[in-house]
Amino acid sequence: MALESKIPEGPLEQKWSKHKFKMKLVNPANRRKHTIIVVGTGLAGASVAASLGELGYHVLAFSYHESPRRAHSIAAQGGINAPKNYSNDGDSVYRLFYDTIKGGDYRAREANVYRLAEVSGCIIDQCVAQGVPFARDYAGYLDNRSFGGAQVARTFYARGQTGQQLLLGAYSALMRQTHAGSVKFFDRREMLDLVVIKGQARGIIARNLLNGKLESYTADAVVLATGGYGNVYYLSTNAKASNATAAWRAHKRGAFFGNPCYTQIHPTCIPVSGDHQSKLTLMSESLRNDGRIWVPKQKGDKRKPKDIPENERDYYLERLYPSFGNLVPRDVASRRAKDMCDEGFGVGASGLAVYLDFASAIQRLGKDIIEQRYGNLFDMYKQITAENPYEAPMRIYPAVHYTMGGLWVDYNLMSTIPGLFVLGEANFSDHGANRLGASALMQGLADGYFIAPYTISDYIASNKFEAVSADAPEFKEAENSITAVINKLLSVNGDKTVDEFHREFGKIMWDYVGMGRTKEGLKKALTVIPKIREEFWKHVKITGNAHDLNTELEKAQRVADFMELGELIAMDALQREESCGAHFREEYQTADGEALRNDKKFSYVAAWEYKGAKQKQVLHKESLKFEYAKPSQRSYK
Amino acid sequence: MKVTLKVWRQKDKNDEGRFVDYAADEVSPDMSFLEMLDVVNVGLVKKGEIPIAFDHDCREGICGSCGMMINGRAHGPGRGIATCQLHMRSFQDGDEIVVEPWRAQAFPVIKDLMVDRTALDRIMQAGGYTSAKTGGVPDGNAILVPKPAADEAFDAAACIGCGACVAICPNSSAMLFVAAKVSQLSILPQGQAEREARVENMIAQMDEELFGGCSNTYACEAECPKGISVRHIGRLNHELLRAKL
Repeated sequence: MALESKIPEGPLEQKWSKHKFKMKLVNPANRRKHTIIVVGTGLAGASVAASLGELGYHVLAFSYHESPRRAHSIAAQGGINAPKNYSNDGDSVYRLFYDTIKGGDYRAREANVYRLAEVSGCIIDQCVAQGVPFARDYAGYLDNRSFGGAQVARTFYARGQTGQQLLLGAYSALMRQTHAGSVKFFDRREMLDLVVIKGQARGIIARNLLNGKLESYTADAVVLATGGYGNVYYLSTNAKASNATAAWRAHKRGAFFGNPCYTQIHPTCIPVSGDHQSKLTLMSESLRNDGRIWVPKQKGDKRKPKDIPENERDYYLERLYPSFGNLVPRDVASRRAKDMCDEGFGVGASGLAVYLDFASAIQRLGKDIIEQRYGNLFDMYKQITAENPYEAPMRIYPAVHYTMGGLWVDYNLMSTIPGLFVLGEANFSDHGANRLGASALMQGLADGYFIAPYTISDYIASNKFEAVSADAPEFKEAENSITAVINKLLSVNGDKTVDEFHREFGKIMWDYVGMGRTKEGLKKALTVIPKIREEFWKHVKITGNAHDLNTELEKAQRVADFMELGELIAMDALQREESCGAHFREEYQTADGEALRNDKKFSYVAAWEYKGAKQKQVLHKESLKFEYAKPSQRSYK
Repeated sequence: MKVTLKVWRQKDKNDEGRFVDYAADEVSPDMSFLEMLDVVNVGLVKKGEIPIAFDHDCREGICGSCGMMINGRAHGPGRGIATCQLHMRSFQDGDEIVVEPWRAQAFPVIKDLMVDRTALDRIMQAGGYTSAKTGGVPDGNAILVPKPAADEAFDAAACIGCGACVAICPNSSAMLFVAAKVSQLSILPQGQAEREARVENMIAQMDEELFGGCSNTYACEAECPKGISVRHIGRLNHELLRAKL
């Protein structure tokens, strides 16, 4: 099967508007005859479900949470980008496009990224109209701040809770549609399979988490907005329930998986405190606007930070990157922190941390201003570590945070299965090999509010839909295979819990498929992963049964899928013999230790096709062309 | 450190429920309360027992999923935190800790410490929004919001919908939850067009869900993980009166 990206012809800045005109429309009176399933109701899912509902479609929205407001979009702290140029500092759609392509290390599609930059301004307008309380200046205008990887102030924010406020905006729009009857929301349902009939996505099987019943739903199109797969590493900044199951099962039904190895490590997280650690907490990278990162110049210096004089501190980011300083992109900041700790300069009990110091900002701006900007982050840090960051520097360390990879989609956000659309973090589309800060919220909402409603309508208008029933053999087959997996898991009755397996598996992923990857390490991972997977199916212990609320059974299915996806991540990382963005292969670096791309050989999207449990996945390549933003060696010096 | 837990176990909403004692013997003060429960649950599964069910997700105090009564306090001791942000260093070695679900008629128990809070969504459906459709809205800077108003609206909008205010209220009232949304949107210019209908509809839905009324104990403000002030309840009452006049 050949990959068709369906990028429209014409100049970059006209592609989307021309495409919008060419796309077919569905008559308003006919829209209610079409049912569309939306799985996941975070930023991308809630916004698309609400927008489709407003258009008049019959929408069924599913979440494994009790309410859309619990989705992990809620935890995004820092902000959302838009090139409004309200700051008069030279911003433009083209500059946001350029920064995003460059930040992604020239591994994203130009046309997609340009469109993202183009519609991002509308997102701010939309959210303001919903009553999102963005930060304002004293004249009442919207306030902006700068963020990593950019030299203009284009980030809109609502204190340190921007994701929360944007999600509550999308959630309120969804609640409004639920009240109006155009959207039906199904809570505590987990999608366990996609049903494909005659080559089209025509429904899903969801498990009702309260009573274990498998439920079948039919539709004319299915939208996955199910988030990323960072929890493959066990410890990550993702919420505990965030998982890859819906996307992975769609992959097994024929949706190609794009660039699985692009996993982002966030530089400013609170370090691990012990074996009991269940997840990691991110501190918004907006902290790097005013915080200065340093380590002691002397290895293993155990003095308290305040006892280390200025001239014995190494502000290594400012030293290495004089023009960007502490605001270098995430991957660079993460790797330098790891280097410092690997070389023995790390601080704290574990030695796996660096300082993020606000002393000079507090001196310059006063405690009040810092509290206004970062108050909730400082409180959060204090709550977790019992240390006061107003008095002593924070300790930070990188952690898995976001996955740029995801199901492959064309320009219309449709996967390789006709009628299956994938939005937000669940798709691979816009961030290339590395995502810039404040771009995830932008992409989720761009997909949901302003792109998918058009492209899904075009799909509905361009295709014929035979009536399908939930009794169709395809639904029965899917239900039976889910039941078989569940029964198998429950019958093992081994001696190790799901969490123990997950933790062990995550450690392998972090050690060999984490921040610095090598051919040797990846090969090692590829021999260890199948073994631990085999162990899992022989020794996992799950109590309870399939007909009750059973949290262990829920986790077990997700972990089983992570163990398959983890192998694909390692395979993808192994075949990509270059370093780019967040994918860093130790063998491929410049003399300064920067990512060394190989544009001749690897300027492509890797899209993996599932061929069955016993077969190797097949790699397809979508080559990337850069007509506007010419690839250059990224430099933040 | 070692602690003894008295945990409410209830198989499903029809089960009567009971307290069961568990010993947590290897507790680190750096663990969060939920991580301590994780460890207890690993022990239960290994013994072939059903683990304690509780809602949780982000574990950083923003999703609003977790919530339990710990020694009679919503989200346990400490102010301005959700249960996931409570750390074991807040307890002493040898403590006995009583853990119960939120108790309110409008929040039926699903299992153990999990309750059904969908009533809060239904209150939101009744009017917790501006009816701005996708597209067709003015430029963000065309709507000026004075900074004090934006700040006050944000203070209200910070609500995470966890239900602690309901759980701690002697009347199981959802006034603080409703007030937070009504207040946010009545302060902002964007919320003016539907100001009267919103407050009336949300209050009507709150009553229908069998939440009680407010008798000014201020317990909700004291236990709110986001420190949402009862002055928003004052504004809610003002808005209701204004709508009726």
